[in-house]
Amino acid sequence: MDVTLKVYRFNPNEDEKPHYEKYTLILRDDAVLLDALNEIKWKFDGSLSYRRSCRHGICGSCAVKLNGKNVLACKTPLKKAIEDFGDVLIVEPLSKNKEKIIKDLVIDKKDFWDKNKKVKPYLIANIDEHPEKENLIKPEEVEKLEDADYCIACGCCYYACESIRANKDFLGPQALAKTYRFTADGRDEAKKERLEFVDKLGIGVWDCVKCQACIEVCPKGVDPFTKITHLHNQIFEEGVAKKNVATKHAEGFVHSIKKHGILDEGMLVLYSEGVNVARHLPEAMEMLKKGKIKFPWNMPKSEGVEEIKKLVEISQTHELKG
Amino acid sequence: MKYALYTGCTAKESTPELLKSTLLVAKTLGIEIEILNEASCCGAGHLQDFDEFLSLVLNARNICLAEKRGLKMVTLCNTCQLMLENTKRKLDSDEKLKEKVNEKLGELGYKYVGNTKIQHFLYAILEDVGFEEISKHIKRPLNMKIAPFYGCHIIRPSKTHDGDNLNENPYKPNAIENLIKVLMGESVDYSTKLKCCGFHVDLQNTPVSEKLTSNILEDATKAGAEAIVTPCPLCHLNLDVKQRAIAKRENKDFNIPVLHLPEMLALAFGYSAEEIGLNHHVVDVKF
Repeated sequence: MDVTLKVYRFNPNEDEKPHYEKYTLILRDDAVLLDALNEIKWKFDGSLSYRRSCRHGICGSCAVKLNGKNVLACKTPLKKAIEDFGDVLIVEPLSKNKEKIIKDLVIDKKDFWDKNKKVKPYLIANIDEHPEKENLIKPEEVEKLEDADYCIACGCCYYACESIRANKDFLGPQALAKTYRFTADGRDEAKKERLEFVDKLGIGVWDCVKCQACIEVCPKGVDPFTKITHLHNQIFEEGVAKKNVATKHAEGFVHSIKKHGILDEGMLVLYSEGVNVARHLPEAMEMLKKGKIKFPWNMPKSEGVEEIKKLVEISQTHELKG
Repeated sequence: MKYALYTGCTAKESTPELLKSTLLVAKTLGIEIEILNEASCCGAGHLQDFDEFLSLVLNARNICLAEKRGLKMVTLCNTCQLMLENTKRKLDSDEKLKEKVNEKLGELGYKYVGNTKIQHFLYAILEDVGFEEISKHIKRPLNMKIAPFYGCHIIRPSKTHDGDNLNENPYKPNAIENLIKVLMGESVDYSTKLKCCGFHVDLQNTPVSEKLTSNILEDATKAGAEAIVTPCPLCHLNLDVKQRAIAKRENKDFNIPVLHLPEMLALAFGYSAEEIGLNHHVVDVKF
C-alpha cells in the first residue's frame, strides 16, 4: 500500500517556525499510523520525534492529530484513514500551541496532568491496608461506572475540547470523567467533596460547551460528555448545587416546560440571571426591534401543555430548589 | 411526501424566519408538513443536566407524536436533533429503560415503539428530494461566496447520528458545501468551520462563548465569505444577534449576514426577503 504523509516538524531550538515534511511510503495493508511514523524514523529521517510505548492502545503516549482528529497512532489503521480523509494524511501534534511543542509531534502535557491531579484520581476510603480478603464489588456496581475506568489518560479528549480552547482553567473532559469514575464508585468516600470541587463556575462541569468533541475522539469509548452530564445530575441529587446562573438555567427549563410546554426564552434568561439580566440589554433591544422577542401576552404554548405538565410531575426524579 | 415537523422552541420565538423559510422550501419541493404543535421543548441539553430521566421521557413523548402519525420526524435545530436522536438510541438499545419510560408515558396513553426516523431538515431533503430535484427549482442563483457553518450537534457524535446524517464524516462533512454549489453559490473553506460557537455556555461564561463565536466570524470574513449559512438556530443566535456586541468587545469589524439553511434555499428559489422573513435578522441580509 502506498501512503503519503505530511508530518508537522518543529524544533523550537533551531526552527523559526513549523513546517510540514512530505513522506511517501510503501507499507503493508494492515499497517497502522504508528508503523508509518516508525518507518519514517527508521528509514528516512531519524530526527523525527514522537512518543510511543505499548503499541496496544493502553499507554496513550502515541496520541497525535490526524487530519484534524485526535487519535492513537497505534490504533489507527492507515487503510481506514485513507478512506476517511483521502490520499494525503496530515499528522500533527495534539496541540499546535508553540509554547507546548517540545519537538515535532511531542508536546508538553503539563496542563493536562495538572488537571488530572487536581481531581484526586484515586479511591479515597478508610480501608484496611492489610485486608484478609479482597474488597470485591458486584457487577452491577461496576456497570455504574459506564466504562469511565477505561480512560488511559491519552489526552485526545482534552486537546480536542472546545471549552479548553477559550478557557484555560476549565478542568476538561478527562479530569471530569475521572471525577465521575469515583463519584459512581460505591467504595469511594469522597463523593460530596468531589462534586463540590467540580461544581465551580469557570473550571467545573458547568463550563462544558457540549460540543461532543470528546466523545468523537475518545479511543477507548469512555464518552466523557455523558459522564459530565451524570455529574450535573449528581450535583443536584446530592444537594451540592450552588445557586448560580448555570444551576438556575438547568432548573429554569423545568419551570418553563411546565408552564408553556415549550421554553419561554426571555423568562428563562431572566430566571437564570436575576438582576444581572441587565447586561443583555443591548442584544435584547436589537432582538426587540427585529421582532425576535415574545411578550408574555403573545408567548406561544404547546397545544399539549396540560399533558406535558402532568408528565413532568410524574417523571421528575428529584425536587426543584429554586 | 409528508414530514412531522418538530419546530423546537426557537423557530416559534426568536427565529420566526426559520419556520417561515422552512415552510416555503417544503412547499416548493412538494413536501407536506404537519407541525407537531403538541410537542414539548427537547430540553436543549440543559434539562438533562438537571434530570436526565425527565429529559428522556419528554423526548420519548415527542417521538411518539410522530410515531402516531406514521411520519418521519424532521427537526430544524441541531440541538433538538441530537436530543431526540439520543433519546431514540438510548431507548432502542435498552429494553429496561424503554419499559421505565413507557411506564410514565402509559399514564398518558402513549407508548414509545421506536419505528420513526428522526432527521434534520438538511439531511431529510437531501435524502428524500436530492440535489437534482432541488436544482430544478432555482430561480435566482446564489452567485455569492458563502461560508458553511455546521454547528456541533448535527455532526457529533457521529455514532449517534449513524446514517441519519447520510454518514457525514464529522471531520470532513460536505452536505452544505454541495448544497451551496448546487444553488450556484461558491462555498468558502475556513479553519473554524467545524468548531463550536459556544452557545451553551453563553450565560455562565459569556467571554468563552463570545471568543468562540468571534473566531468563526473572523475566519469566515477573512476567507472572503459574503455570508455564513448554518443549519442551527442556536448558532444563528450567536453569530447574528450577538455579532455587533462581540465585534465591539473584541474590537473587530464584522458585518457578515448569517442565513438559516432553509433561508438560503428559499432565496435561491426566488422568494422575496419579506416572504422569507429576512427583516428578523439583526445583521442585514442584502441579496
